Amino acid sequence: MSEPISALNHASYDGIAKVQECGLQGMITLRGDLSDKVLAKVVKDATGQKMPGQREALVDGESGVCWMSTDELLVLVPYAEVEAKLAAMTNALSGTHALAVNVSDARAVFSISGSNAREVLGKLAPVELSAEEFQPGQIRRSRLAQVAGAFWMDDAETFRVVCFRSAADYVFTLLKVAAQPGSEVGVY
Amino acid sequence: MLILNCPYCGVDAEESELSGGGEAHLKRFGPGSSDGEFHDYLFMRENPKGVHFERWRHSNGCGKWFHAARCTQTLEVFGTYSAQTTEPPKELKDAITAKRPGWTWREYE
Repeated sequence: MSEPISALNHASYDGIAKVQECGLQGMITLRGDLSDKVLAKVVKDATGQKMPGQREALVDGESGVCWMSTDELLVLVPYAEVEAKLAAMTNALSGTHALAVNVSDARAVFSISGSNAREVLGKLAPVELSAEEFQPGQIRRSRLAQVAGAFWMDDAETFRVVCFRSAADYVFTLLKVAAQPGSEVGVY
Repeated sequence: MLILNCPYCGVDAEESELSGGGEAHLKRFGPGSSDGEFHDYLFMRENPKGVHFERWRHSNGCGKWFHAARCTQTLEVFGTYSAQTTEPPKELKDAITAKRPGWTWREYE
């Protein structure tokens, strides 16, 4: 078998913040009625997290769950466990009007860390990123310049950014330019 | 810059995160309708100076369709509401009446 590798294979860049491609991350898109107890149990079993409320991201390391819309969740699990977790999920969801799909290889994940992380992302997304408005525990789906992207914060100085794998190179280039040395704006 | 509150994810989304979807509350005339009705359904659109109802999609966001009521003259946004409805909610119509007495839009007033 060939070895699976992520879109940019851990490429990184150091500027006013450190930008790094995080490597392989297991991701399952789960759609259904979020108030359904079966869905809540499936999420709990896969990640140990409760059902997230509106725009909540309950993420701990490589596993967690993010609220994507009123009927969609992004379930994060370690890459090696995706198939097993998905099989358990599909089994538990039989008879429920819901859909779980492995989208791990359709995505790329980046981290932006450092005290200027908010600045870097703030240049690319039309989102209020001040500390009062955006905190760890929240997720925001938006755009990064011209492509769709979602992000949440692991801690006060670290963002995790998810985009489509086909746009990984574009997003990495964007983040590199936004993180160029000397490009601090000083807004946040 | 237009900023609309998405009623599904609660985000105050700016225009570049949204896609316009044209006029709201169109009634479809399909098979069985007269040529005149089908023509009007297909081509005739409101073009008001003032209160207008539109469909928008939070395309770079939660991906949901919703409705918005706004003024084409001042760009004031009166409110947004769910797509799961066939007419504007009463509270919103009352709020518009308070600001624009005597407004009409198609059969609504």
